[in-house]
Amino acid sequence: MQIIGELAMREKFVVIGNGMAPGRVLENLLEVAPDRYEITIFNAEPRVNYDRIMLSPVLSGEREYEDIIIHSDDWYANHGITLHKNKPVIDINRQAQRVTALDGVTASYERLLIATGSNPIVIRISGYELPGVLCYRDLDDVNAMLAASEKGGRAVVIGGGLLGLEAAAGLHARGMQVSVIHLSDTLMDRQLDSAAGFLLQRAIEKRGIVVHTQANTRAIVGSNKVTAVELDDGTRIAADIVVMAVGIRPNTALAEAAGLAVNRGIVVDDSMRTSDERIFAVGECVEHRNQCYGLVAPLYEMAKVVAERLLDSETATYLGSTTSTKLKVTGIDLFSAGDFADGDDREEIVLRDAAKGIYKRLVLQNEKIVGVVLYGETRDGAWFFQQLRDASDVSAQRDSLIFGQSYAGGTQLDPTAAVAALADDSDICGCNGVCKGTILKAIGDRGLTSIEDVRSATKASSSCGSCTPLVEQLLMLSLGETYSPAAVQAMCPCTDKGHDEVRRLIIAKRLKSIPELMQQLEWQTSCGCAKCRPALNYYLLATWPGEYEDDEQSRFINERAHANIQKDGTFSVVPRMWGGITSPNELRAIVDVADKFSIPTVKVTGGQRIDLIGVKKEDLLAVWSDLNDAGMVSGHAYGKALRTVKTCVGTDWCRFGTQDSTGLGIRLEKHLWGAWTPHKIKLAVSGCPRNCAESTCKDVGVVCVDSGYEIHYGGAAGMELRETKVLCTVKTEQEVIEYCTALIQMYREQAHYLDRVHKWAARVGDKTINEQIVEDSQRRRELFQRFDIAQRTAQKDPWAEQAIGKHKHEFLPLVKFTKVAEEIM
Amino acid sequence: MIEATFEWVDIGGLSEIPPRGSRQVKVDNYAIAIFRTADDRVYAIEDRCPHLGGPLSQGIVHGTAVTCPLHSWVISVESGKVLGSDTDCVRTIPVRKDNGRILLRFPFYSEQVA
Ligand code: SRM
Ligand SMILES: Cc1cc2nc3c(=O)[nH]c(=O)nc-3n(C[C@H](O)[C@H](O)[C@H](O)COP(=O)(O)OP(=O)(O)OC[C@H]3O[C@@H](n4cnc5c(N)ncnc54)[C@H](O)[C@@H]3O)c2cc1C
Ligand code: SF4
Ligand code: FES
Repeated sequence: MQIIGELAMREKFVVIGNGMAPGRVLENLLEVAPDRYEITIFNAEPRVNYDRIMLSPVLSGEREYEDIIIHSDDWYANHGITLHKNKPVIDINRQAQRVTALDGVTASYERLLIATGSNPIVIRISGYELPGVLCYRDLDDVNAMLAASEKGGRAVVIGGGLLGLEAAAGLHARGMQVSVIHLSDTLMDRQLDSAAGFLLQRAIEKRGIVVHTQANTRAIVGSNKVTAVELDDGTRIAADIVVMAVGIRPNTALAEAAGLAVNRGIVVDDSMRTSDERIFAVGECVEHRNQCYGLVAPLYEMAKVVAERLLDSETATYLGSTTSTKLKVTGIDLFSAGDFADGDDREEIVLRDAAKGIYKRLVLQNEKIVGVVLYGETRDGAWFFQQLRDASDVSAQRDSLIFGQSYAGGTQLDPTAAVAALADDSDICGCNGVCKGTILKAIGDRGLTSIEDVRSATKASSSCGSCTPLVEQLLMLSLGETYSPAAVQAMCPCTDKGHDEVRRLIIAKRLKSIPELMQQLEWQTSCGCAKCRPALNYYLLATWPGEYEDDEQSRFINERAHANIQKDGTFSVVPRMWGGITSPNELRAIVDVADKFSIPTVKVTGGQRIDLIGVKKEDLLAVWSDLNDAGMVSGHAYGKALRTVKTCVGTDWCRFGTQDSTGLGIRLEKHLWGAWTPHKIKLAVSGCPRNCAESTCKDVGVVCVDSGYEIHYGGAAGMELRETKVLCTVKTEQEVIEYCTALIQMYREQAHYLDRVHKWAARVGDKTINEQIVEDSQRRRELFQRFDIAQRTAQKDPWAEQAIGKHKHEFLPLVKFTKVAEEIM
Repeated sequence: MIEATFEWVDIGGLSEIPPRGSRQVKVDNYAIAIFRTADDRVYAIEDRCPHLGGPLSQGIVHGTAVTCPLHSWVISVESGKVLGSDTDCVRTIPVRKDNGRILLRFPFYSEQVA
């Protein structure tokens, strides 16, 4: 929750192209500085940003387009981004710093990002313009293929690379008769060696797809639509559609026309800038250090650098990437990386298991892995790839290397041993470039417990999903027995999202009401349940203070009635008694109220206050009104809120007191009261280490010492008994208030609803708390300020508000009838 | 079962109950909970949880169910049944909406047979 700055002052940032690479730039950017730029996007495609790599599952019917949308229309709206769909940019005027789209719409920029992706290569043989000749690049292509496949018929795919094979498998799954025409003698020859290519070909043919290798297409035949494909050797293959998947070329025309340096792609330096300082480029359209990329992992690395540069980093650099490939055809396991051409100075290690259809090959040069091909069993892909990228010396384990990681250090039986042995910087998720260390850290620091949690925290396993088993093994490794892959850590049965994900999405999607949240996050019930609604109400309140309108009906009765319901349906009332100090006047008012309303029990509580128990609901308003008149306010004894600050007598009276514990307790309570928190929160201040206020079993406790104040947190004495941990020792009362407030705000922003401070602390880790509250003074002050902003609307006595009638309906029966009892009972 | 002379009695306007909320109607010491759902349907059941007598009118209303404020049993305000139990239920009371008014049919008589 950053305070929104001067809107008018925002710099103009224009993006050309709305594919996966710029999408990631925006995510990275908005996460840090949601309001820094006024963003305008032009996209040639008539739609939002979607996961292009998932087009193949859409084609084969395993997914729907809706499933692969990355940013919905609402996302753009919520972030205040202008998205021009179906508006290709045709001109960049660098002098005027303005771009113009085909229909004349213009936008000026201070910073520009070119992300035009690449174009599929079309071989201009005779007949290439006939209806029925398609490419495979975007959703329109998929839709055209789907339309054609509805009638069944024959498809010819030109190109036996990754895209061609995915298209072929998809069309075959849709019921077409499919042939693949491939120029070289093995499929995917750019990624596979001939042995693996051969195995792949067999697997493809076994499905009923015909493969022609060493085949060059001479012409596409047809008069007003395609009817066949003719090969160099004269073979004719009948076709209702032809899909050309022979490669891609960076889409540089626009940049070239604008006079930017262009080679094969748009040339960028390590800061991702083009030859014009104001213009960045990212994605497949880019050429960096003579290299163009056609996979998302490197594009995401570029995107990170672009975002950091947009945030004025002087140091963020992109240094190039090593890539690996997987084929997304269900039932075929294939992994390849690096270079596996034969050579005099190269040696290879090969493992084949014909019965199981397994083929593995490592190419070594100077005792280092330079190429990996795995077919039929790709479990060790990540491990080999890591050693390849690190250029590790593998001579010591040469003999067992090919058997994979399991054998690397002797025998292993534990399925997680393999992933345990991976280095921290091993890539787990290739699509999103997330390494093992990042995932483990996220699991540990943020208490992640499910694959969904990991996806939302790190993006690992959120794209093609092929690393899901590895991520699950990491979860198993970190959580041991407690992790069972099937366990859904959902908030409640109304959703399969966990608390963290919901909290994250409230911010990311700028969700500001419960109905909106339930719609956007696909709640599975019409209006939630008694478990999720109070949690959502709190999360929204804590995220958008002053803006979110509290939903009374999503609060437990105690918080609606500002009193504790008793077993007989009556209520108990606890007025606040600051720091446990009261006065004859207050006591008199309490006695009067007890008399006037015939309150049966008056009890001294364990929290140093007085509880009036057994008040009829109808009397609550009048009881409060009388207590208000005597200057007392609600004690929130009923709320997920600040309860009590217990104190001892301290220097005022006690012969051992080192500081004014009573006074400090009162000041703390006056500062903190009224704030809503994930669970109730209790404080105490003791005047010396004898600790008479029991500070060491409170959510936040202070123990005064000669030299100042020892701040404690994470204690509890309820269902679980917890001793506090020491956060730090400070010198002044003002510091105590600042540190405690910042800690409580951090808890408010991060905890799961109904987790006490100690549970939250166990989840995020004491180290993180220490870093953010003690070491990072800037952050501490920001937390402190955010708390104070929230208090502006929260610190109001609910009794005063309600006693004047805001929620009168809550306290009175709709109507009262008098009837003869026997008639009814 | 004794049949009484049923009459529909106007107990108030729909707007007097918050959506996803409830109000009590008291007949001497007998309490009836009137519920208004998010989509403005109205139900009436006895305001007594079959568990330990919790006042259901004080619970959180979700869908056509209410969660008892005392120990969180969930009760269908439509059928009176305790969800997840085959036997426990609360008495339902005839209620209807008419032009923004809520009409309840009572006095009603005990249906106790045993
Ligand atoms: C009134 C009081 C008992 C007393 O007569 O002394 C009390 C009464 C209740 N406690 Fe307590 N607790 C009272 C001090 C405590 C203490 C001691 C303390 O605060 O110093 C503890 C242990 C310390 C702690 O919180 O860690 C305590 C641990 C609990 C717990 C367990 C919390 C936990 O995290 O394990 C609950 C259950 C809950 O909140 O979910 C609970 C819940 C309750 C509830 C609210 C049960 C309920 O939901 O109805 C009781 C409400 C009674 C009422 O209507 O007022 N009460 N309760 C005490 C009020 C203190 C005050 O002045 O506000
Ligand atoms: C079917 C398929 C499967 C794939 N599978 C994988 C895989 O498994 N793993 C992997 O890593 N990668 C895969 N890829 C590659 C991956 O999708 C791309 O690398 C990535 O999407 C490129 O992102 P980009 O943002 O650079 O470009 P794109 O996603 O191509 O986006 C460029 C956008 O810019 C628009 N545009 C172009 N010119 C203009 C203009 N003048 N004005 C406005 N807009 C313009 C285009 O319409 C397009 O929407 C696959 C690609 C395809 C097509
Ligand atoms: S310990 Fe607390 S919750 Fe339990 S009966 Fe006593 S007051 Fe109630
Ligand atoms: S009284 Fe309703 S659940 Fe116990």
